[in-house]
Amino acid sequence: MATADKRPYKVIGTRPVRHDGADKVTGRAKYGGDMRLTGMLYGAMVRSPHAHARIVSIDTSQAEALPGVRAVVTSADMPAQGDRVVELGEGAANMRHLTANILARDKVLYRGHAVAAVAADNVHIAEQAARLVRVEYEVLQPVMNVLDAMRDDAPILNDDVRTESLGAAPQSPDQSRPTNIAKHFLFEKGDVAKGFAEADLVIEHEFDTAMVHQGYIEPHNATALWNTDGRITIWMSTQGSFTARQQTAELLRVPVSSVKVVPMEIGGGFGGKISVYLPPVAALLSRKTGRPVKLQMSRADVFEATGPTPGSHMRLKLGVTRDGRITAGEAWIAFDAGAYPGSPVGMACMCVFACYDVPHGRVEGFDVCVNKPRTNAYRAPGSTHVAFAIETIVDEICEKLGLDPLEFRLKNASREGTRRVDGPVFPRIGMVETVQAIRDSQHYQSPLAGPCRGRGVASGFWFNVGMKSSVTATVNLDGTVSLIEGSTDIGGTRTSIAMQLAETLGIAAEDVNPTVVDTDSIGYTDVTGGSRVTFATGIAAVEAARDIQRQMVQRAALLWDVDPAAVKYDDGRLLGPAGKQFTFKELAAEIHQTGGPIIGSGTSSSATQGGAFGTHCVDVEVDPETGKVQILRYTIAQDAGTAIHPSYVEGQMQGGVVQGIGWALNEEYWYDDRGTMRNATYLDYRLPTCYDVPMIETMIVEVPDPQHPYGVRGVGEVPICPPPAAIANAIYHAVGVRMRRLPMSPPNLLSEILQRFQD
Amino acid sequence: MPRVFLPPALRSLAGGQESLEMPGSTVREILAELERRHPGVQAGLCQGDGLRPGLAVCVGGAVSTLGLLQPVGPDDEVHFLPAIGGG
Amino acid sequence: MAKKRVVSATINGEVVEFLCEPRQTLLEVLRDTLDMTGTKEGCSNGNCGACTVLLDGRPVVSCLVLAMEADGSEIRTIEGVARGSHLDEVQQAFLEGAALQCGICTPGFIMQTEALLQANPNPTEEEIRFYLAGNLCRCTGYDKIVRAVQAAAQKRLATT
Repeated sequence: MATADKRPYKVIGTRPVRHDGADKVTGRAKYGGDMRLTGMLYGAMVRSPHAHARIVSIDTSQAEALPGVRAVVTSADMPAQGDRVVELGEGAANMRHLTANILARDKVLYRGHAVAAVAADNVHIAEQAARLVRVEYEVLQPVMNVLDAMRDDAPILNDDVRTESLGAAPQSPDQSRPTNIAKHFLFEKGDVAKGFAEADLVIEHEFDTAMVHQGYIEPHNATALWNTDGRITIWMSTQGSFTARQQTAELLRVPVSSVKVVPMEIGGGFGGKISVYLPPVAALLSRKTGRPVKLQMSRADVFEATGPTPGSHMRLKLGVTRDGRITAGEAWIAFDAGAYPGSPVGMACMCVFACYDVPHGRVEGFDVCVNKPRTNAYRAPGSTHVAFAIETIVDEICEKLGLDPLEFRLKNASREGTRRVDGPVFPRIGMVETVQAIRDSQHYQSPLAGPCRGRGVASGFWFNVGMKSSVTATVNLDGTVSLIEGSTDIGGTRTSIAMQLAETLGIAAEDVNPTVVDTDSIGYTDVTGGSRVTFATGIAAVEAARDIQRQMVQRAALLWDVDPAAVKYDDGRLLGPAGKQFTFKELAAEIHQTGGPIIGSGTSSSATQGGAFGTHCVDVEVDPETGKVQILRYTIAQDAGTAIHPSYVEGQMQGGVVQGIGWALNEEYWYDDRGTMRNATYLDYRLPTCYDVPMIETMIVEVPDPQHPYGVRGVGEVPICPPPAAIANAIYHAVGVRMRRLPMSPPNLLSEILQRFQD
Repeated sequence: MPRVFLPPALRSLAGGQESLEMPGSTVREILAELERRHPGVQAGLCQGDGLRPGLAVCVGGAVSTLGLLQPVGPDDEVHFLPAIGGG
Repeated sequence: MAKKRVVSATINGEVVEFLCEPRQTLLEVLRDTLDMTGTKEGCSNGNCGACTVLLDGRPVVSCLVLAMEADGSEIRTIEGVARGSHLDEVQQAFLEGAALQCGICTPGFIMQTEALLQANPNPTEEEIRFYLAGNLCRCTGYDKIVRAVQAAAQKRLATT
């Protein structure tokens, strides 16, 4: 696509084997759960069986008396936090809420909420002891639905929550009643009433989506050693070792410098491994026992007690002229934040109309506490929800007006200069190009025949973030470069970072050895999330390479006895006057004789990304007797800016699509009326398997982002946004039913089909 | 002159305007002038000597990591938005 | 707690003896007693396939096998797939085909694929997808895994 055949690069755009590959196909790679230390104890958590209850008493005496038990901790062992709001790398956190989520203080707010923890000689003794911890509860009425929780007479989860409005001065807690509505967002552009008055057709619907989980295969884990000198080391799987360090230090109220986080290999995250759950608990158990302590969640704990993404209720209205021009849009979005405030509803508000030039818009969002686990980021947080709403309404409009859905998108697409409803103006973006790619694709151009078959398209947007990264790189005598970074590698980013350093230095990707190191060994680096690593850590690597270039130029100048200004670094060679020349390798061999080590360093902090767009096309077949949907064919076109390693770009696109298919068709937190999740196993939660999906065809569109030296756009998140809408649209074209509830599982779809036949 | 966009909750303090021109070469200077002309605005956007937690400032199309210290060019737009994270 | 017993099994071609309690799974013993952490733990209730090993040639989820049941058996784990310092065709195909992202499910997929190609050296895409349906991957969307299995099968067919 686009610029692919005019590529000026030597390393970028190639597909080298990833540097950590051999370790990962032989079982040698050490993940957090693989940690073993001499004298290590194993821990187990005591968790609430109730969704909402007051803790009357906790009696740990029987557990402590069990042979082999070494320590028990409760919230009484956690330092008090008071009213502190702390910036933790990925947003600000209320420390009182954060600590209560680690170990419940006076109330439990969801089933699975941690109450106490045990360390013992082995995991079986620890689990047995956990069952001996006696917790007396006063059971309270849970509230599970976002609309119920917003009512005036709803049970209140947190006494200290008052509604905060974006841009409004905070309310004093003394002068107002507690509420479950933690945040209120409002965005307005233009004159919505005027916009709808100009419309020939206005479509408005309500939508519901279920809470879903990131579903990473590796459970959360942490091994902690609180040493006698007061220094704490945590070995864990995390998306961000520095935010994990900071969260742990703030929760334990120790200086950040006394905590070292050693990031182990990580078995998936998707936003769910940013918040810490286990490290402070493992550290407290270690302090009590003087030994390292390992904690690992069960799969049920992962579902019940980590950070899934919210369920939602949304109302969306879109007005268009007869010839298919959007005149106005209005959205009302409520997300269930879970037990404590902090859902991504603000981002959902900013994403809902982002694909389109909406001249008049109004978006309102609510962050609402319910008795479910505290939600967290999940791949383009908030954007998939709203894409389901807007993209199915767009499809309905196209059908009613007899317009091609891709031509409608081209006509209304956001482009460079389009003002978003939340205010800012888009820089150079690739929405149009992704729509064109799908329009011209072999898939969209091919006919689809057969009963109960339909084709759907949808687009999606995600911001992508910049934030902070650090890289150092050392030149070795043999002309290779050792690259040190702080970005934990979840999907092959060691290689995409190494490739950018290699490209800049004009050496081979294989001549760079990337290593992810602990928090004492590299400068501050933000999380592996927000589709930022290949972008921002890539910029840091390019800066480090340029730093090396400058030093190599000086060394060559010294050897040639010329002014450094007379030396040029060009494609892995140093060129001097009168045809003098060194290759990178030749000069590297001389570095000890010319002044010693050459270490380049680079950081990134101010660059922000221009945003990522994707457009998808899917063919489905619906079984009208069961409501089961089969994906027949799927094509994704996405703007990657510049694809550094195309295989891993495709991999992100394919993986995001299949997660989106799961969200669309199967996945949901299924609660009973007591607030118990009834499907907290993989078997019942049902991620897509390879038998459920076809090959996912990818079209990498390249509209370079001018903020990155090679034009990179993050690719990790936006592929999850369009699938539920695209599939809903395909289902409509297959069986004539408009789905406005996720998941579109067989029972949900079948009931709509039966309804339609009754009508 | 820089143009500052107000969150809807603050627009009533500035006569209902969506945006207004405001002199200043940093976000801090612009906010101080805004507060002088339309008292109350600062309480909605700032806490202590920084932005309110969870709030970010977007200047010239880019979300700033400098907050109130961010330089503002004469043609820049200034927006106050929820801070963006990611998965 | 019941008494520990001695269990003897052949693991990756070597006779291994270990002590275990009746309640310990094969997965736990492999990882915690024998320090063979290449076999991964994803759910410990047989749903995800990350802990797949070959027990007397059959693929099993080792979290659902009691270690004592393994007495006298022949076990093959991910640590026994490479031949000396050479990766086998399946491992090589996963690497070259970028068929892993986070890599936690990879050992299980490789073991399941070894069993598949033993039973069916030239599987169709449908057969591959059916045979691997008990192994969950959350990162890749399976596309590149299925292609890697196809590539490994073709490479083996070409060399035998």
